[in-house]
Amino acid sequence: MTDVYKHWRIERDNDSICWLYIDKADGGANVLSGAVLDELNAILDAIVASNPRGVVFLSGKANGFIAGADINEFVPLKEPADALALIQRGQRACDKIAALKCPTLALIHGFCLGGGMELALACRYRIADDDARTRLGLPEIKLGIHPGFGGTVRLPPLVGAPAAMDLMLTGRTVDARTAKKIGLIDYAVPTRHWKRAAREVVMNPPVPHRPKGWLKLTNNSLVRPLLARTMRAKVTEKAPIEHYPAPHALINLWQKYADDPVRMMQEEAASVSRFVLGDTARNLVRVFFLQERLKSLGKKDMIAPRHVHVIGGGVMGGDIAIWCALQGMRVTVQDRKHETLAKVIKRAHALYKKRLKQPRLIQAALDRLMPDDKGVGVSRADVVIEAIFEDILAKQNLYRDIESKLKPGALLATNTSSIPLELLAEALTKPERLVGLHFFNPVAQMQLVEIVSSKLTDPEVARQAAAFARHIDRLPLPVKSSPGFLVNRVLMPYLLEAVTLEWEGVPASVIDKAATDFGMPMGPIRLADTVGLDICLSVAEILAQRLDVDVPPRLRELVGAGRLGVKSGQGFYTYHGDKPQMPRVKPGYVPPPDIAERLILRFLNEAAACLREGVVADADLLDAGVIFGTGFAPFRGGPIHYIQESGVEAQRRKLGELEEHYGKRFVADAEWAEL
Amino acid sequence: MAAGTQSNGKTVYVIDGSRTPFLKAKGKPGPFIAGDLAVAAGRALLARQPFEPGELDEVVLGCVMPGPDEANIGRVVALRLGCGKSVPAWTVQRNCASGMQALDCAFHDIASGRAHLVLAGGVESMSHAPVLLNDDMVGWLGEWNAAKSAGARLNALGKLRPKYLTPIIGLLRGLTDPVVGLSMGQTAENLAYRFNISREQMDGFALESHRRLAKAQDDGLLGEIEAVYDAQGNFYDQDDGLRRDGDMAKLAKLKPVFDRPFGSVTAGNSAQVTDGAALLILASKEAVDKYQLPVLGRIIDSQWAGLAPEQMGLGPVHAMTPIMQRQGLKVDSVDYWEINEAFAAQVLACLAAWKDAGYCRDELGLDAPVGEIDQARLNVDGGGVSLGHPVGASGARIVLHLLQVLKRNGARRGMASLCIGGGQGGAMLVESGKE
Repeated sequence: MTDVYKHWRIERDNDSICWLYIDKADGGANVLSGAVLDELNAILDAIVASNPRGVVFLSGKANGFIAGADINEFVPLKEPADALALIQRGQRACDKIAALKCPTLALIHGFCLGGGMELALACRYRIADDDARTRLGLPEIKLGIHPGFGGTVRLPPLVGAPAAMDLMLTGRTVDARTAKKIGLIDYAVPTRHWKRAAREVVMNPPVPHRPKGWLKLTNNSLVRPLLARTMRAKVTEKAPIEHYPAPHALINLWQKYADDPVRMMQEEAASVSRFVLGDTARNLVRVFFLQERLKSLGKKDMIAPRHVHVIGGGVMGGDIAIWCALQGMRVTVQDRKHETLAKVIKRAHALYKKRLKQPRLIQAALDRLMPDDKGVGVSRADVVIEAIFEDILAKQNLYRDIESKLKPGALLATNTSSIPLELLAEALTKPERLVGLHFFNPVAQMQLVEIVSSKLTDPEVARQAAAFARHIDRLPLPVKSSPGFLVNRVLMPYLLEAVTLEWEGVPASVIDKAATDFGMPMGPIRLADTVGLDICLSVAEILAQRLDVDVPPRLRELVGAGRLGVKSGQGFYTYHGDKPQMPRVKPGYVPPPDIAERLILRFLNEAAACLREGVVADADLLDAGVIFGTGFAPFRGGPIHYIQESGVEAQRRKLGELEEHYGKRFVADAEWAEL
Repeated sequence: MAAGTQSNGKTVYVIDGSRTPFLKAKGKPGPFIAGDLAVAAGRALLARQPFEPGELDEVVLGCVMPGPDEANIGRVVALRLGCGKSVPAWTVQRNCASGMQALDCAFHDIASGRAHLVLAGGVESMSHAPVLLNDDMVGWLGEWNAAKSAGARLNALGKLRPKYLTPIIGLLRGLTDPVVGLSMGQTAENLAYRFNISREQMDGFALESHRRLAKAQDDGLLGEIEAVYDAQGNFYDQDDGLRRDGDMAKLAKLKPVFDRPFGSVTAGNSAQVTDGAALLILASKEAVDKYQLPVLGRIIDSQWAGLAPEQMGLGPVHAMTPIMQRQGLKVDSVDYWEINEAFAAQVLACLAAWKDAGYCRDELGLDAPVGEIDQARLNVDGGGVSLGHPVGASGARIVLHLLQVLKRNGARRGMASLCIGGGQGGAMLVESGKE
């Protein structure tokens, strides 16, 4: 028997088991949109009437089960009542599944996230494919909300509070094996046994999973306050309540109502619907869509790169090579020094061990990464990335040497952060083939790659470079080849202002705190120490030549004294390993009131200048690039968005006041008039 | 009696080859398992070819003791090298000549037209040779696993005896002939006795081997070596068994290791226990033309021979003699020689045997002695005594290096040969250049 629906497909087999396939029309991934849930409601009513032996939920799409709620439906929401209705619609569908008398089972492959995970949690059993692509989780917290389709109610009793709250508070996803270990799913099985396992469970239903041993106690009303306290302390470290209220609300919800599922369900809906309309969630949803936009800028199927050759095994070159091999590319990394290459392999070992865990996968990744002291890989590679030291002549000579050896059609990219591509391209007989692929340090953590085009760069080549970025799971941001491109350019005035503040006598830790209080992931002084003060200085000097920036003498002084930051053990701070020793601020010290304004407004002003000069194509791309390239407070939605939200006029006025006090470096860019 | 192949089939070219440095075993497992070494040598070699690894017709690897996760190590390595699922791969084992056996298999397949492009060579990680449980222990473990109840387990535990825990050292067993019960070193003592080779002669040969290797390293004559890198950030770019500080007095102080206390074969005049890999690419004329491959040389002939296991070190003379006869060669018509240095005594015995009218008559069936190999043309850049003998790899190493020596000296003909534990010899005749 088969009924025809738009987003669902029902198959009833000889054992009277309903196989309920979700296969959302017109979409790449299954999401629980209003239309999908409405159909599900109707189907569930029909199913109850037909008295099946069991119901199995599975996906009709190859890429995964269900990616979550439909985030597009969050955007137009204005009224609290509408938000509440949207959440309750999802809750009702899940409740209906949970109320079915027959065994219910979610048969999962690929992603099973957010609302999709909550639908699975409403089932009595869960079985997942143990394939590497399977990822399960509740990442709502990353959008500034928390689970709202009953997840907060159903997960803690299923797996115990520690695992449940960890999943919901971090938003991390787990593979099938881990999911089985914590009890999130009942079985992790290979594809070959997938359907057989589901049938077996439905026909001979076992006792549903419950946490064992001490985990049983973790939801006890006497234990909850204690656990909640540790959770709060941990969460506050990463997500202060002023910027990220949702995780704190989630802990409260669990602590207060875990004994009363019915009430908890109502409170969950009320809480989420409040957050959905809040600034944090709105901006984080914005960031989510910005990320999608960056992804869409690289069309993966344009090219099929298999072999990447990286020239220069230093920190950047080595890490780019390591990353590409992790992402499945065959990589040759060229350096004349065995010592340098040996360090690359050591770092690769460490990263692969952390990321891949299984020895077999670690070995395969290392096998793909070949140290190449003779540079033989250059003529075989589909993509060649030059990452040698920043010297025009050295780079030009290298290009002259390799151009004739390149495979026809191979992508030739430079990771330069400061040399105009036009100058470098002069060395090539085909200057139009040179493009910039500007990665950020540390490569394995920074998702953004600036795709740098000079006036000479063939637009097709730039598109290929963006496509390549997608092949190695990075976010491409097309930028113009102007000094500092986007990310370093907007960062530099902000860092220099911090250095100036420190020179004026404000303790470094006070400056950093002002920035992290604003929402920066790391204060500017620590950032400078981490990047390396010598590198900061050289970038600053290059920018100073071409933009109207003064380099504070303090920076030269420190570099001159060999204080280069984390790498030399001393910069602005003194380091033990990579942990700074925070000198105690004198009691009674009163910091100047305008630290944050001075830092942030120089940042915003430079962002405005970049927009005016067309360093990136539009304001959204600027915001996207700055968030993913600098970590700029994501809950503020990006610098340009922040200017607009906080009031263009108000910010501009502040800038004017700063100009009066501190001079021309605070002159508002002409772009402010257009914002 | 013996198996020999004259290349009356198609011409077989050696295109290129690489090896890892040979790394001396230091009493504990070294930084690399066999597969790692073969991959390190093979991927550098393949990376500089104009064809994709997937275009190989097959991969053949010689290895005596692959690791526990390396059953059919040839296939494991082929897949790790990115040759892809469709390239068949296999492993051969002829003890100390496994690497040469792999080349011989590739040689046959190309000569007969079955294959055009073959990756072949050998690998051994002797420092990772397995250590095994004895049968008593295995029996006890079976009982332990069968014991389900606490009582049965207690009972089983009571039956465990300390001697069950005595491990079997795979490496020592592998280097002992199971049929005649002699260690390889004792067979070398046999040869020293038979040809009256003195301790001084052995030590002198060993010293010269180190001297030659040192000079080859200094002069950059070991270009076939690809550096290898371990997880701890170390790299290895040279054979590390070389002793530059050795002299006759120091060598004379070493105690005999196999026949104590009166023997003369010592650690100093024997091959070193090492880890390493050597891989070559062999091709037919069609493949050479198709991919415009540069040619290092050709394999002309090969031979396998058997002799008494107690005399295994004389294997080379038994394998080389039929080739000399078949090809109508005199000693002087071969420009360079590589006879693997399992033991200094054993190489010296081979030289002595070919000069010895009695041996040539009685054991080789020749009317006259073959003659004297000029030691200035033998193992010119050192050998097993100085750079080590990773058993599965050496056969491939000596053929590859011989071709390099011929090229470097503008010479034409070379002979590579090894003795083989168990009483065999293998030899391969090569010529440099395209024809």
